[in-house]
Amino acid sequence: MIRAWLRRHRAALVPGAVLGALLILAAFAPLIAPYTFDALDLARRRGAPSLHHLFGTDELGRDLLTRSLYGARISLAIGLVSAALSAAIGVTVGAVAGFAGGIIDAALMRLTDAMLSVPRLPLLMIAAAVLEPSVPLLITLVSAVGWMETARVVRADVQSIAVRDFVTAARATGARAPRILLRHILPGVVPTIAVALTLSVGRGILLESALSFFGVGVQPPTASWGNMLYQAQTTMSSEPWLGIFPGACIFLTVLCCNLLASAAEPDVVAARETRR
Amino acid sequence: MFTNGSFSQPGSTRMLTFVIRRVAQIIPLLVVVSLLVFALIHAAPGGPLSLYLDNPNVRPQDIERLRRQMGLDQPFVGQYVSWVTAFARGDWGYSYADGRPVAERLLERVPATLQLIGVSTLLAVVVSLVVGVASAVRKGVDRVATIATVAGISLPVFWFGLVLQLLFANTLHWLPSSGRASFAGGGLGDRAAHLVLPVIVLAGAHAAGWSRYLRSSMRGALEQPFIGAARARGVSDARLATRHALRNALLPFATVVLLDASIMASGAVVTESVFAWPGVGSLFTEALAKRDYTVLMAFLMCGSAAVALLSLVADVVVHALDPRTREAVAL
Repeated sequence: MIRAWLRRHRAALVPGAVLGALLILAAFAPLIAPYTFDALDLARRRGAPSLHHLFGTDELGRDLLTRSLYGARISLAIGLVSAALSAAIGVTVGAVAGFAGGIIDAALMRLTDAMLSVPRLPLLMIAAAVLEPSVPLLITLVSAVGWMETARVVRADVQSIAVRDFVTAARATGARAPRILLRHILPGVVPTIAVALTLSVGRGILLESALSFFGVGVQPPTASWGNMLYQAQTTMSSEPWLGIFPGACIFLTVLCCNLLASAAEPDVVAARETRR
Repeated sequence: MFTNGSFSQPGSTRMLTFVIRRVAQIIPLLVVVSLLVFALIHAAPGGPLSLYLDNPNVRPQDIERLRRQMGLDQPFVGQYVSWVTAFARGDWGYSYADGRPVAERLLERVPATLQLIGVSTLLAVVVSLVVGVASAVRKGVDRVATIATVAGISLPVFWFGLVLQLLFANTLHWLPSSGRASFAGGGLGDRAAHLVLPVIVLAGAHAAGWSRYLRSSMRGALEQPFIGAARARGVSDARLATRHALRNALLPFATVVLLDASIMASGAVVTESVFAWPGVGSLFTEALAKRDYTVLMAFLMCGSAAVALLSLVADVVVHALDPRTREAVAL
């Protein structure tokens, strides 16, 4: 199934493969990493990238490649879990608003608009700074502000499907609202949800790294790409590799998520066309 | 338009009620934001005075006295109401960090932020107009532009800033790495040079996103029947794109630019702190590090209000210019 899908979406091949490789590298980081997480190479402290340390070393002589691999676990986990959570919230809000209509729709969309108009990053920075930062808290915060875009597109799709004949037919047979929504309407929204989910993985990783970059995200000794950048920013001119590599990891991952989403975009369009 | 007010022009009275209705929607938004922020700060271990808890020079009885003085021993609702009414009256309190009025600290930082955001928005709009139109019309441009714009929206802003700093300031020494002007003060050229890197960083992500948006709405406009009719009349491709299709794509584009204000605000916080730009955004990060709660609350309230006002402007502009939306937005 995946193979057939990839054949029709050539543009998804490279970003999909890179993301897959990153996931495998992250999952098996303890086996793949050239050094253990906290190993110190005191002879090669602040070392530029070399054969011994492909990404260089930090001020304690820790291998940056190893730390980037371990950081991938945290960053990807936060991105994936928060995307799943925010997709769940977004789909629920969007589907209920689009299907129920009326005052429920109005109230939910007002809430969505309100959430969209609060500057997200500053709000999250206050929240993360005030409530002792931890990985579960970060996931909660990132998903709490990441569901609005999904809610909007899902609502629009649900609205356009809900007026179609087969939905009226289902209603005529006596099907109840939850069944109509789950069995008849939502399957048609799957491509939209998939694209929104992929996009929000990237957004979640960006948001986590921004919070960590300001020192209110993932706390040392745990490494994430964002807090590696936080530690690197003061030494950027003398040891640039400490900042360049973690940032490049973030960029590459988010780029692949966005490319994958835009490769799947034709499916969304096709699903919308057949609906007319 | 509003001065007339006679009922012989139902359009303008309807417009007025629309504006009033939208303004009324901003108030509950601000109430929600204020409650959220207030509750958050109270959830902090140690509450608003947590800064003093770690200070060995402040005795527990001093904290207790401060708590009573500042009304922190009152119930939550009472505290919130007295804070929010004082805030609405313009009494924003004093900064914990240096004791100066919060409003004064915020206001003195506003010009720098407005300059940064203004120049960045201008640059991003110009770039996205060119890229958006060109990639909607030319296949070759589109292929390059698609890759460039996806890369643009994927760039972590702070990392992009650090890399530019490293490249153009620390390695090539072409541009200053931070601040708004050199120590000596500096002339116009010096100030402009300081503006270059922050503007590129802040404008970059927005230019990419807006180009993509304009491209797709241009594509949509170019598929409309009236374009085919114009082409049949012999209108040239260039004129077709700029005069006919762009005119239709411009309104949604302007709306998106205005609605992105909240993302722009987040971006300004990041950009200003990377480049030590002395604006409101770097005041926010300083205040965050010092747990300067009065400043943080005022920042978030003003930021949300500004964003809400801009989205109001966007709605009103669309409402005024596009008759089709008038029925749809009525709620």
